[in-house]
Amino acid sequence: MSRIDVNKTYKLFIGGTFPRSESGRVYEIKGANKKFIANPALASRKDLRDAVVAAKSAGSGWANATAFNRGQILYRIAEIMQGRSEQFIDEICLLEGVSNKVAKLQVEEAIDTWVWYSGWCDKLSSVSGSQNQVSGPFYNFTTPEALGVVAVFAESKPSLLGVVRTLAPVIAAGNSAVLIASESYPLPAITLSEVLATSDLPAGVVNVLTGKVSELAPWVGSHMEIDGVDVAGLSKKQEDEIKLVGADNLKRIHRFSTTNHPERILSFMEHKTIWHPIGI
Amino acid sequence: MSNFEYASAPESKAIANIATSYGLFIGGKFVDPRKGKSFETINPATEEVLSKIGYADKLDVDLAVKSARSAFTKVWSKTPAKERGKYLYRIARILQERAREFAVVETLDNGKPIRESRDTDIPLAAAHFFYHAGWADKLEYAGFGNKPKPVGVVGQIIPWNFPLLMLAWKIAPALAAGNTVVLKPAETTPLTALLFAQVCQQAGLPEGVVNIITGDGITGAALVNHPDINKVAFTGSTEVGKAIARSISATNKSATLELGGKAANLVFEDAAIDEAVEGIVNGIFFNQGHVCCAGSRLLVQENVADEILEKLKARMSLIRVGDPMDKNTDLGAINSKEQLKRIHEITKSGDAEGANRWSPECKLPSKGFWYPPTIFTGVSQSHRIAREEIFGPVLSVLTFRTPAEGIEKANNTMYGLSAGIWSDKGAKILWAAKQLKAGVIWSNTFNKFDPASPFGGYKESGWGREGGRHGLSGYLKSDMKASK
Repeated sequence: MSRIDVNKTYKLFIGGTFPRSESGRVYEIKGANKKFIANPALASRKDLRDAVVAAKSAGSGWANATAFNRGQILYRIAEIMQGRSEQFIDEICLLEGVSNKVAKLQVEEAIDTWVWYSGWCDKLSSVSGSQNQVSGPFYNFTTPEALGVVAVFAESKPSLLGVVRTLAPVIAAGNSAVLIASESYPLPAITLSEVLATSDLPAGVVNVLTGKVSELAPWVGSHMEIDGVDVAGLSKKQEDEIKLVGADNLKRIHRFSTTNHPERILSFMEHKTIWHPIGI
Repeated sequence: MSNFEYASAPESKAIANIATSYGLFIGGKFVDPRKGKSFETINPATEEVLSKIGYADKLDVDLAVKSARSAFTKVWSKTPAKERGKYLYRIARILQERAREFAVVETLDNGKPIRESRDTDIPLAAAHFFYHAGWADKLEYAGFGNKPKPVGVVGQIIPWNFPLLMLAWKIAPALAAGNTVVLKPAETTPLTALLFAQVCQQAGLPEGVVNIITGDGITGAALVNHPDINKVAFTGSTEVGKAIARSISATNKSATLELGGKAANLVFEDAAIDEAVEGIVNGIFFNQGHVCCAGSRLLVQENVADEILEKLKARMSLIRVGDPMDKNTDLGAINSKEQLKRIHEITKSGDAEGANRWSPECKLPSKGFWYPPTIFTGVSQSHRIAREEIFGPVLSVLTFRTPAEGIEKANNTMYGLSAGIWSDKGAKILWAAKQLKAGVIWSNTFNKFDPASPFGGYKESGWGREGGRHGLSGYLKSDMKASK
């Protein structure tokens, strides 16, 4: 008899740990070949709130870490992903039904995306800050700062890259994130959280929820401790709805093209301008 | 009373030359509103009617937007950037030439002291046009891509606290970036915007690039909801800002919102006390406290609180309240009856919730809308006067023991527009500036504004920045933002 594989239970990632949904709910994920792969957690509103609490408490530590330190940790994520490439490739092949070669390209691009955003962490002030020449004896300068807690609706496909290119800029900015994985392709997001858990990323900086996007989106929109949302994975209708309820705390809500760009980072930052008189 | 009373030094009204009525400024001409409706604008210091102003309804708004669209497509987008800039330079110069007239009209319509309109509002408005004029042909160097493009037609709504200055904050960057605009000034302060329309005519600005429609909140809503505007730029209350965000949620319109504030002004034990007292006074009593970034929550370190309060009260007793046209006046009229009512309502809650009110003895004029400079001590964080924007000359005083507690209290608000820090220790100032969740931090100064300095809030104080390089981005299309 051939050996029986030891299958992984795909769970949530909240505050650096891997809990099941408090609701006890799961849903079934099948591969491109229609065969059962896993029963990931079907996250509830309470799971979302727990994730926001974790993100909020991790926020100031991450935002106040040196930019160099954040850059190194993002690079570390790329390093650890590289070592686990095969696992990601297998998962992508199984889920998306693509060839090994296509999956490999996606994984490589995802790794390189982390490297690219890693390098941005300590250059944001230089590129987006300024010393302003005001008309008077004042020293006046502007620097970008992290926004706070950002919810990220990952794109469905490409299943891994869609997660990385939305998540990396958000945490490069110094924000903490609640990532809502794609409903139909959630597994790479969970496997990525195993990478994040072993990359010196402080617990709570990234939290990953799986489940029904249509169930979670309204709760994300109305949560007063969520400051920004990347709606990449939402439909136009869901985006409109989240913008409507998100106005209650003036959430910064964005949808970007798929290009990697510093604007993706800066859109989830706030610019602070500081004045001080010059004189003796 | 002291023997050294100031003699009155009134500015002359003669230079104002206010017309008995004004139409809407659409397509480069003053036109009567379609339905012929109008409203009156009054001098809040005397309650005298200054002029009759055209009331724009939905039809008029539509005409104004059409005029702006046509000017955008046919003229402004084809005008070379260099020439666009030169129009803005012309406007800046004409504002400087007519500065005295503008200052007088602003003070008559708004109630602010002539000293402030003369020395702050008008020169800063002109400076905003001069600064942005220079950007018009340098946008490709601003860091927003090699070929930055305008957004299109912008609907702009401004408040009554700095009428011409807010107009300049809105129109100057919009035009520099190549947009055309429909601007709605506040219902109670339309005059300098209408005077500005004449400036546009004098400058030979192509017809329809700037359209000015007067009216109330209904007019503003019609502008926000017009299907052919590409962007909304709004300065005003957080409540209305949220309503705008909701009403554009299912559209492709973008928005910049400059909303309310409840700024903490933090005084540490090592501050230069006399300077701090001056800064506190400037922070809350400048422009009658009708300032979204006013330092309306004074947070004093406990061990210097008594000294600060004693000196603050002595200083407040010297504030001259009265005729805004008098060049010696420090505190002018409250802008409207409604605003005065709101100040009374919220300050009464301060009394009811147990805070202690103090005002210097001062005689208020019998006509017009007035409120004395006021401080509340014994304020706790849960009091309405510590949480809600009063938008009047009313200061809530709280204390803290440790710097960490000071920061905690300062950040305990839904707002995040501005904050002040008073300390003589450089490292402490930079530490505090970093901790404070606010878009503008004034350290050892307060209420300073400059066209080169980005202004705007964190949290529920709004979206985006105005002024400086950062302010331009709101008027340029982003390649990165996917449209729906």
